[in-house]
Amino acid sequence: MTTTATQVEHTQTQTDARPLLLEVQDLKVEFTIRGGVVKAVDGLTFDIKRGQTMGIIGESGCGKSVTARAILRMIPKPGKITGGRILYYRRPRHPKPGEEDKVEVIDVTKLDPDGEVIRQIRGGEIAMIFQEPMSSLTPVYTAGTHINEAVTLHRLLPIKKLGDQMVERIMEYRRVTKEEARAIAIEMLRRVGIPKPEQRVDSYPHQLSGGQRQRVMIAIALSTEPAMLIADEPTTALDVSIEAQILDLMRDLQRTTNMAIMFITHNLGVIASMADEIVVMYMGKQVERAKVVDLFYNPKHPYTKALLQSVPRLGPKTGQRLASIEGMVPDPLNLPTGCVFHPRCPAFVAGKCDKIVPKWTQVGENHWVRCLLYEE
Amino acid sequence: MSSTTTKNGRIGDILLEVKGLKKYFPIQRGLLRRTVGYVKAVDDVSLYVRSGETLGLVGESGCGKTTASRCIIRLYEPTAGQVFFKTRALSPDGTPKMVNLLELSREEMNRVRQEIAMIFQDPINSLNPRMTVADIIAEPMVIHGKYVKGESEERIIELLRRVGLRPDHLRRYPHEFSGGQRQRIGIARALALNPSLVLCDEPVSALDVSIQAQTLNLLQDLQEEFKLSYIFVAHDLSVVQHISDRVAVMYVGKVVEMAGAEELYNNPMHPYTEALLSAVPKPDPLYKSDRIIMQGDVADPSNPPSGCYFHPRCQYAVDLCKQKAPEFREVKPDHWVACHRAEELKLRGI
Ligand SMILES: Nc1ncnc2c1ncn2[C@@H]1O[C@H](COP(=O)(O)OP(=O)(O)OP(=O)(O)O)[C@@H](O)[C@H]1O
Ligand SMILES: Nc1ncnc2c1ncn2[C@@H]1O[C@H](COP(=O)(O)OP(=O)(O)OP(=O)(O)O)[C@@H](O)[C@H]1O
Ligand code: SF4
Ligand code: SF4
Ligand SMILES: [Mg+2]
Ligand SMILES: [Mg+2]
Repeated sequence: MTTTATQVEHTQTQTDARPLLLEVQDLKVEFTIRGGVVKAVDGLTFDIKRGQTMGIIGESGCGKSVTARAILRMIPKPGKITGGRILYYRRPRHPKPGEEDKVEVIDVTKLDPDGEVIRQIRGGEIAMIFQEPMSSLTPVYTAGTHINEAVTLHRLLPIKKLGDQMVERIMEYRRVTKEEARAIAIEMLRRVGIPKPEQRVDSYPHQLSGGQRQRVMIAIALSTEPAMLIADEPTTALDVSIEAQILDLMRDLQRTTNMAIMFITHNLGVIASMADEIVVMYMGKQVERAKVVDLFYNPKHPYTKALLQSVPRLGPKTGQRLASIEGMVPDPLNLPTGCVFHPRCPAFVAGKCDKIVPKWTQVGENHWVRCLLYEE
Repeated sequence: MSSTTTKNGRIGDILLEVKGLKKYFPIQRGLLRRTVGYVKAVDDVSLYVRSGETLGLVGESGCGKTTASRCIIRLYEPTAGQVFFKTRALSPDGTPKMVNLLELSREEMNRVRQEIAMIFQDPINSLNPRMTVADIIAEPMVIHGKYVKGESEERIIELLRRVGLRPDHLRRYPHEFSGGQRQRIGIARALALNPSLVLCDEPVSALDVSIQAQTLNLLQDLQEEFKLSYIFVAHDLSVVQHISDRVAVMYVGKVVEMAGAEELYNNPMHPYTEALLSAVPKPDPLYKSDRIIMQGDVADPSNPPSGCYFHPRCQYAVDLCKQKAPEFREVKPDHWVACHRAEELKLRGI
C-alpha cells in the first residue's frame, strides 16, 4: 500500500519546554449538499504545543466538531478537506534508545483516511472524546470491551532491563495481556468516577446513564495515554462535582504525560479553568485568539463580548432575561457580504462592515482578532 | 411591571404530584439471565410541580433523573409509587381532573401523552435519521390526529423560527446539523402539541451560550404565554437557578432537598447540595475554586450504603447517619430536606 503522506523527518535541536504538536494551517472543509456548498471550516489556522490546553469556543454549528474530526480524518460524508494542512509532529511513542528526540512531521490531510498511519494515530496518539457518547459506543459491546480494544490495540508496556550504569532502561515493549487490559479498564472506570467499576465494566451502553456513557468515552480516550486529547464537549452530561473530578484527572495526566488537550466546549466556566489559550470561532473562521485571561478580561471581538454577556451567572436572582445575540446564524449557503457577523453585530458600521472582509489582525501579545474596528 | 407579581400570577395549582416513585432495574447474570440483584435507579422520589412553574432537578450523574422523568410519562413502568397529573384529555368537555397516571389504560395514557412532552438528553438518538426536520416536528401532530394541512405547516415554520432555525432547514435531515441545532429541532417537536407539562432532560446542555440564552428566554416566554410547567433537568447550576422557581436535588435515587431556587442556593441545608454548589465552575480564569472534595466512592445504586446514602462521603456524618436513613421532611415552609443534622449545620451557599 502506498501512502501519499509527506513525511519529513528531522530531529529537533533545541529542547523547548513546549515543542509543537499540531499545526493547523488555513484548513478548509466543505460539505456539498443539495443546495450548494457549506464551508464548515473556512481558513482556520492555529497550533497546539505539547502539554498545552487550547480551548475552542463558538456558536453552535461554527465548525468546532468538524475541525476536530478533520484532525483524525473522520469527517462524515459528504464532507471533504478542500484546502490547508494539518501538520502532526509525531514522536515515537515507544522510543528505542537514542530515538527519544526523533520528530516526524506528518501532514494528516495527505494521509489515506483508512490507511495504517492514521489508524495508529487515531485513538493511540490522538484520542478523541466525541460530543455524542451514545453514537460513538457500539451498543453490543460492554464498557470493558470498548476499553480493552483501545488498550490492546494502542498501549504497549515497557519491559525494563538493567542497563550498563545499573539504571533501569526501557529496551523493549510488549502488548498488554487480556487480564492487564481488563485491569486497566476497571482502573480507568474508577478514575472517572463510575461506581462499582468491577461490575460496571460489563454493562452495555444502554444500561448506563448519559453521564456514565460520557465517562466511559473519557476512560477509553485516556486509557491509551495519548499525546493529544481532543475533548469535544466532554463534560456536558456530568454533574459539576464529577465534572470537576474529571477535569482534575485530565490536568493530572497532562502533568504526568505532557498530554496536549484541544478542549471544545460551550461552558465558559469550564474553559476558564482549563485552557491556556482560546480560539473563538464564528461561521468556520477564527474571529479571536488570546490567552485565557486576556480573552475573559479584555475581549476584543464584538462576538466574543456578546458571548461572555450571555452566560447566566450564579448570584442574586434578578428575574431578568439573559442577554443573547440578536438574529440568527446566517445561511451558510448565502453568507453575508463583508464581515460575516455584520447582520448581528452591535458595533456594525454601515458601508464598511458589509463591504470589507476583515483581516486577521494582531492587537497585543498573542492576541489576534478579525474585526474592522481594529484595522488601521 | 414587577417580576414577582407576574411570577405569582403565573403559578397556579398543583399540576403534577409524584409520591414514593421507585424504579428498580433487574441485574441479570449467566446464561439463564438469572436476576441477581437490582439497580435502584429511582428509590423513593416525591416531588410536585404547580401549573406555570419550573421545577429544576439536579443531582449526581446517574442518580436517576432521566429514569424518574421517563417513569412519569410511563416510558418505563415504575416499580412502585403514584404519579398524579391534572389532565383535560380524559373528560369529553375538557374539564381538568387529577388522575394517577400509573392506573391508566394504554389507550388513556396515549391520550394524556399529548399534554406531557419530553425533550431528550441525547439529541442524535432521539431524532429519526430518515425523517426530514419537517416530518420530525409534524410527527406528534400526525400521531395524535392533529395535523391540518396548511395550518400545521405554518405552525412548524413558526416553531422552527422560534427555536432559532430557518425555514430552509425543513427539508434537511438530522445528520446535517450540528449538535446544538439538533437539540433545537427536538425542542420544536416537543412544543408541537401545546403540552401543559414539558419534561426537559438537559435541553440546553448541548447549546452554545448564546443559543442557550435564546432557548431559555424562549422557554420562559412560552411558559408565560401558555402557562406551561417544566421539570428542568440540568447540570449547569447557574442555568437551573436562572430558570427555576423551585429546585429539587437528587442523590442516588432519592430527592434529598427541595426548596425555592433562591432559598436553596443561599441556604442549602443538605451537605450534598453544599458540595455541589461549591463545585460550580465560574466563567473567570482568575477564580480559585474552593470546592468541597467529597471523599470516598460514588455510591452504587445496586448496593447503596446503610442509613443515609450520603454518609460515606459526608464531612458532617455522625454515628446516627450510618444507622438510620433520614426522613425527607419540611424543615422550613416549602424547604424540604433529608438530613439528620439539617437544623444544626450552617452550610455554605453561594
Ligand atoms: N454530515 C453533514 N452534512 C452536512 N453538513 C454538515 C454535516 N456535519 C456538519 N455539517 C455542517 O457543518 C457545520 C459545522 O458543524 P459542526 O458539527 O462542526 O458544528 P459545531 O461547531 O461542533 O456545533 P455544536 O456546538 O452545535 O456542536 C454546520 O453548519 C453543519 O450544518
Ligand atoms: N435500562 C437500564 N438497565 C439497568 N440500569 C439502568 C438502566 N437505565 C439506567 N440504569 C441505571 O440507573 C441509574 C440511573 O440512571 P439515569 O439515566 O436515570 O441517571 P441520570 O440521573 O439521568 O444521570 P445523567 O445525569 O448521567 O443523565 C444509573 O446507575 C444507570 O446505570
Ligand atoms: S467587522 Fe464590523 S460587523 Fe464585523 S465584528 Fe467588527 S464591527 Fe462587527
Ligand atoms: S444525614 Fe448525616 S450523613 Fe446524611 S447528609 Fe446529613 S449529616 Fe451527612
Ligand atoms: Mg459540535
Ligand atoms: Mg440523564
